[in-house]
Amino acid sequence: MSTTDRTPRPAAEKAAAASGDGPVLRLESVRKTYGRGTVVLRDVDLEVPPHTVTALIGASGSGKSTLLRCANLLEEIDDGAIFLDGAEITDPRTDADAVRRRIGVVFQAYNLFPHMTVLDNITLAPRRVHGVPRAEAEERARELLDRLGLGGRAGEYPDRLSGGQQQRVAIVRALAGRPRLLLLDEITAALDPELVGEVLGVVRDLKEEGMTMVIATHEMGFARDVADQVCFLDGGVVLERGTPGQVFGEPRHDRTRQFLQRIIQAGRL
Amino acid sequence: MTYEEGVLKTPERGEEPDGDGYVPSARRIERERFKRARARRAAAVAALSTLVTAVVLFVVITGSPGWPRTRDTFFSAAYARKALPQVLDGLLLNLRLLVVCGAAVLVLGLLLAVARTLRGPVFFPLRALATAYTDFFRGLPLIICLLMVVFGVPALRLQGVTTDPVVLGGAALVLTYSAYVAEVFRAGIESVHPSQRAAARSLGLSSGQALRFVVLPQAVRRVVPPLLNDLVSLQKDTGLVSIAGAVDAVYAAQIIAGKDFNFTPYVVAGLVFVALTIPMTRFTDWVTARMDRRRAQGGLV
Repeated sequence: MSTTDRTPRPAAEKAAAASGDGPVLRLESVRKTYGRGTVVLRDVDLEVPPHTVTALIGASGSGKSTLLRCANLLEEIDDGAIFLDGAEITDPRTDADAVRRRIGVVFQAYNLFPHMTVLDNITLAPRRVHGVPRAEAEERARELLDRLGLGGRAGEYPDRLSGGQQQRVAIVRALAGRPRLLLLDEITAALDPELVGEVLGVVRDLKEEGMTMVIATHEMGFARDVADQVCFLDGGVVLERGTPGQVFGEPRHDRTRQFLQRIIQAGRL
Repeated sequence: MTYEEGVLKTPERGEEPDGDGYVPSARRIERERFKRARARRAAAVAALSTLVTAVVLFVVITGSPGWPRTRDTFFSAAYARKALPQVLDGLLLNLRLLVVCGAAVLVLGLLLAVARTLRGPVFFPLRALATAYTDFFRGLPLIICLLMVVFGVPALRLQGVTTDPVVLGGAALVLTYSAYVAEVFRAGIESVHPSQRAAARSLGLSSGQALRFVVLPQAVRRVVPPLLNDLVSLQKDTGLVSIAGAVDAVYAAQIIAGKDFNFTPYVVAGLVFVALTIPMTRFTDWVTARMDRRRAQGGLV
C-alpha cells in the first residue's frame, strides 16, 4: 500500500492545469472492486502527460479495460481519485457528462449505432451535445473521414462496412468532439489480422498530431513502436511502468518476463 | 458492489474479503458521506412532491360542484359493504377462467407460432392456416368475437355442443388471445440469431430438435415480459364473459347496481380487479428487471 499523502491539493492542481503542462490524466491510488470480493484495480497510480501515448498491456482480466472505463466514469471507483487536467473527476459532485465530453473512447466492438449512417453516427454528439450546427458538424465529419480514407462512406450504414472501416468510423466519432484525451480499448482485438494495420496506422497518425492517448492493447509490437510509456498490469496492480525499451527490453518482474515470453511464443511480438 | 439511490454499499472495515489489508481512505469516507446526504435529500424531495400532488388532487376532486352527488352514487360505503361478498363470489369464476384460458392460450399460441415458422413447401397449408387465423382473430374485436361465439354457437343447435356461457365465453377469449400470444412467440423465435440454428444443425440436430432444444428455450425466455403483459390483460378481460350472462364479478356488480341505480358495486368490482392485477404487474416488473440485470455487463450508464 502506498504511503503517499492522499489529501487533495487543489491549489497546486489548478496551477498545473493553468500552465497546461501537468498530466492530462492522473490516477491516484485507484481501487475498484466488483461484487463481494474481486479486486479489479488495486492502488493504481498513473500519469499521462500531454501529447503522449500510454500503452496498457497485460493478460485478459488484468484490469486494462476497467481502468479505461473508470477514467471515462463508466464505472465508479471505490477509492482513490482520478484527475483530468488537474481537476478531480471522481468526486461525486462532478458532472460526469461534462467530463465525458472531454474524453473520446473507442471500444473493442466498435459500438457504432446501427440505425444511423456513418455521418449521423459521427455528428450525433457534436450536434446534440456540443451544439454545433449541422452543416458545420458534417463538414468536419467529412474532413475527418477523408483523412482516414473513408471519404466515400459517409452515407453508408455501419453494417455495410468492414470491421476495419467500422473501427475507423468509431475513431472519427470519438475525435469529432475534439477530445482532450482519447481512450482506446483493445480496438484491434475484434479485427481480422489484415485489417489491424489500417486501424493502427490511424492511431500512429493521431500520435503525430499530438493527441494524448491511453491504449489498452494486445499488439505488443505496436505498443513498443508507438507508446511513450508502457504499463504492465497484473492482477489489478501496475507491476511495471516505463519506456517501451525498459518494459520490453529489461523487465524487472518475473511476471512481466513470463507474460512477454508467452506473447513471443504466440508470435505476437 | 451495488448502488442504491447513489449510495455505495461497501463491506464494512475489516470485512474486505480479499484480505489485502485495505483500509478505506479519508477521501472515500467523505465521498460516501456526501452520497448518503444526497440520497437523503432526494428522498425528502420525493416525499414533499408526493404530498403536494396528493393535496392538490384531493382539493380539486372534493371541491368540484358535483362531488357530494358523485360520492353518494359511486363511493357509498353501505353499498360497497353489500356488494363486496357477491363480487368476490363472482371473482372466483374470473380466476378459474384465467387459469384455464391462460394455459390454453399459451399452448395454442406456441403451436400457432411454431406452425408459422415451419419451412418447406409441405407445410404451406399449415403455415397459411396459422397466418390466416392470427390475422383474423387479432383484428376481430374481442367483444364481437365473444358475442358471435356465445350467441352464434347455441343458435346452431348442434347436438352435444354446450350452450354454457362460461365455456363459450372462455373459448372466445382463447380464440382472440392465442392469436396475440402466437405473434409474441413468433417475434421471440425470430429474434434468436440464425447462427444459433446453424450451430445446432451443424451438430446434427434435426430441424425440429434445433427448434425444441436451442431456439425455443431462448425465444421463450426473451418473451416472458410481453407474455405476462398479455396475461394481465386476459385477467381483466375475463370480466367480459358477463355479457354472456355468466355471473362473474362484473355481472354480480351489475345485478346490485341495476336494482338501486347506485354504481358503487362497479367501483368495488373494478378495485377488486386492480387488486388482482397489481401483484401480477409487480411480478412482471421483477422478472423483466432480473433479466435486464443478467444482460447488463455492469457499469453506470
